[in-house]
Amino acid sequence: MSSVTRRGLLAVSALLPLARVLPARGCEVPAGPQTAGPFAPPLSGREMMRRRYFPDVVLTTHEGKQVRFYEDLLKDKIVVLNLMYANCQGACPVITANLARVQKILIEQGKRNISFYSLTVKPEEDTPEKLNAYAEMHNVGPGWKFLTGKPADVELLRSKLGFVDIKPQVDQNDRASHSGMVRFGNEPQAWWAACQGQANPEWIAREISYVIPAERAAAG
Amino acid sequence: MDYNSLGEKVSRARFKDMYNAFRNRQELIKAGLMNRRSLFKMGLLSSTGYLLAKNGLSAWAYGGGGGGGQCASPATTPFTLNLPIMPTKQPVALSSLTPAPQINPNTAINPATGLAYEGRTRAHQAPPLGFPFPAPTVYQVTQRAGLVTMSNQLPQQPIWGFDGISPGPTYVAQYGAPILVRNVNSLVGDNSGFGFPSVTTHLHNAHNPSESDGFPQDFFASGQYYDQYYPNVLAGFNSTNLPNGDVNESLSTLWYHDHRVDFTSQNVYKGLAGFYLLFNQFDTGNETTGFRLPTFPDYDIPMMFADKCFDPVTGLLAFDTFNLDGILGDKFLVNGVIQPVLHVHPRRYRFRWLNTGPSRFQQIYLTDLNNLGANNQFWQISNDGNLLPTPIQVPAVALGVAERADVILDFTQLAGKTLYLENRLEQTNGRGPTGNVKAAGQGNLLLRIVVDLPQVADNSVNPATAPAYYALPSTAATPRVQRSFKFDQTRDGEWTINDQFFDGLHPRFTVQKNSVETWSLSGGRDWEHPIHIHMEEFQILQGAAGLYPDSQYGGTWGGSSGWRSGGSWGSGGGASTGVNKSRKDVVRVTSRGDVKVFFRFRDWVGPYPMHCHNIIHEDHAMMIRFDIAVNGDTNSRP
Repeated sequence: MSSVTRRGLLAVSALLPLARVLPARGCEVPAGPQTAGPFAPPLSGREMMRRRYFPDVVLTTHEGKQVRFYEDLLKDKIVVLNLMYANCQGACPVITANLARVQKILIEQGKRNISFYSLTVKPEEDTPEKLNAYAEMHNVGPGWKFLTGKPADVELLRSKLGFVDIKPQVDQNDRASHSGMVRFGNEPQAWWAACQGQANPEWIAREISYVIPAERAAAG
Repeated sequence: MDYNSLGEKVSRARFKDMYNAFRNRQELIKAGLMNRRSLFKMGLLSSTGYLLAKNGLSAWAYGGGGGGGQCASPATTPFTLNLPIMPTKQPVALSSLTPAPQINPNTAINPATGLAYEGRTRAHQAPPLGFPFPAPTVYQVTQRAGLVTMSNQLPQQPIWGFDGISPGPTYVAQYGAPILVRNVNSLVGDNSGFGFPSVTTHLHNAHNPSESDGFPQDFFASGQYYDQYYPNVLAGFNSTNLPNGDVNESLSTLWYHDHRVDFTSQNVYKGLAGFYLLFNQFDTGNETTGFRLPTFPDYDIPMMFADKCFDPVTGLLAFDTFNLDGILGDKFLVNGVIQPVLHVHPRRYRFRWLNTGPSRFQQIYLTDLNNLGANNQFWQISNDGNLLPTPIQVPAVALGVAERADVILDFTQLAGKTLYLENRLEQTNGRGPTGNVKAAGQGNLLLRIVVDLPQVADNSVNPATAPAYYALPSTAATPRVQRSFKFDQTRDGEWTINDQFFDGLHPRFTVQKNSVETWSLSGGRDWEHPIHIHMEEFQILQGAAGLYPDSQYGGTWGGSSGWRSGGSWGSGGGASTGVNKSRKDVVRVTSRGDVKVFFRFRDWVGPYPMHCHNIIHEDHAMMIRFDIAVNGDTNSRP
């Protein structure tokens, strides 16, 4: 039998308590003196979302500008957000082109104050210059930023935003494996949803409009 | 090599994150709790009140985002609160509805809101067919915020509910007695992080006209109302079985829930769901008449199962907004309370089970923790709320999200005993169950049942005497169209049906009203999807998923195709047997599964959806819109 490494032991010891700390059966949890008292006070919806999902990491736009993810890109805004990388041979260029049509439709409808963000999943190769060329190639409208950053920060964002696969090997082999889903949201209202990047652009534009408060009673 | 709790290899960095998260949570629990002072003392709370970004403080163990993380709710002591019984919804006087209901949508602008009074876009179909308008009985229900108790060890929970409670009030309806329900959207204020204040109420399983079905895009905003007309009429009344429909198409246990396109999972998770029971001359709610099923409400109890996550810091209901696979809770609620207790008399009861997910599949057993080897079989009398031809004795019931089963549990010989409803199906991520069934006592205990109430009369029929309920309508008719649908996912994570994406603006295909169709529904790899089709029930001709095989009750149904086969309780690739020989509105499409279902699309027209009822998948567009119209197409692979 091969020797057991320290890390291997740690792995095994982490396994068992994890199962107990995350009880599937509440009856295994010892009855403690816990009451409704020991909890922190409730947070507003947007504050809950910010703390849970939106680390304020610094990113760089395709125009070479440094921006903070929450404070500069999300706060007080209606946003559309997806993942891509410039050399992608799969669906990303199709989705970028489709979202460019969506942006045009929204602008034609007078819905101009919607920020579009595309975050690269390959920050080590996607420099601002490369993203700038990609943005020009797709002729995107104003208010659309392509974003890169430190690899660790980008990975943190990708994980926080749920664009990860639960199978680590799948996830690392293809960091764009969930890039087909496009998030949209209204940050101050904490209204967040997702649409399909390759869907009919008229339909995507309708979906994004849902989170514009003035559109709240528009049918369909 | 490093592994996660599922035994999968993970990177060194991932492992370190997981281990830190685990340690953080353990520290918190060891520190006895998560009050502000102890958090501050431990350096987890800064002086400005912000929690430091330690992964273990997230409601999800693996770093706070999606990716199928498992949640880490605070500890709660089970079986301390009684099972809540929802109040019966009471009608109101017609005169109390202002403006008065009308057949065409009320599109006049309400000066108080600047919006149309009503969100409806299409006229009611029922009145021109002879249904009374206004309906003889009218209700008003309000979608609004409420504060409820889910555990006495957690804070009061802010929810959105019908009339501010969750589950909402139970509608008690009768065939032949149409009703009108005015839904008033009063959702205002902060959403605590999830929930969208725009709603549409789907009456799940009802044979309803499109404009009253709760179609996903028939939503209405805060400050608007929407009148739904429920004819409570049998399918076929305007087609195959004039003039009153086919009694063998009677429905019993329905439920209503929010269906807002793109936001259904948030709104249902936040509480917008309730029961709707339909009675008739056979299923009367009185055990001395008709089929003599246990009397409602004393011995006939709707039970809504849900699994949820709670934030370890605030103790409040938490929703994993950016999860794509499906959300698994680590707290098990019945009728809105975590692991409640039900005291019963030693007699027969009808329980109406409903799994509301959001994503978990369950296989529910009756367990005696003091006698784990006991044979605790019981009687299943319905599938998806539709009475079977006759009761079937089963060791368990498998329920995908939105599936229902009415069961008869006989406690006559069990006075003094304590029993549990236990989900023994293993599921480790939102994609579907592993198919493993845990040993008795090792699963999730949902409800404690204590047989300690006094002896009372029991006039209900003994299911062992094989009473006859409704015969199954014939499926011999030749279909006008045979369509096939493949449910799959692109490499970049978009759901597809027949390789196409959801488009809410256009119907993918059109079904001809009053025609017969058969549909084949097949699944991709590694996922399991509970597929729901609106408007008409179907019968599963072949390929139904049965019970997941377990060790206790033998492998009689565990054949070569793994858990898809089903012995007498279901069936594998072949024709439906047992409880799957029934009328249904949700079908589990297993990994690489292929089921064939039979429909008649009768009586009504308009847009309807088919979708996955893992509501996380549904909100990520695992949905197709079809219309029913006078002239349909013959597209076999729409």
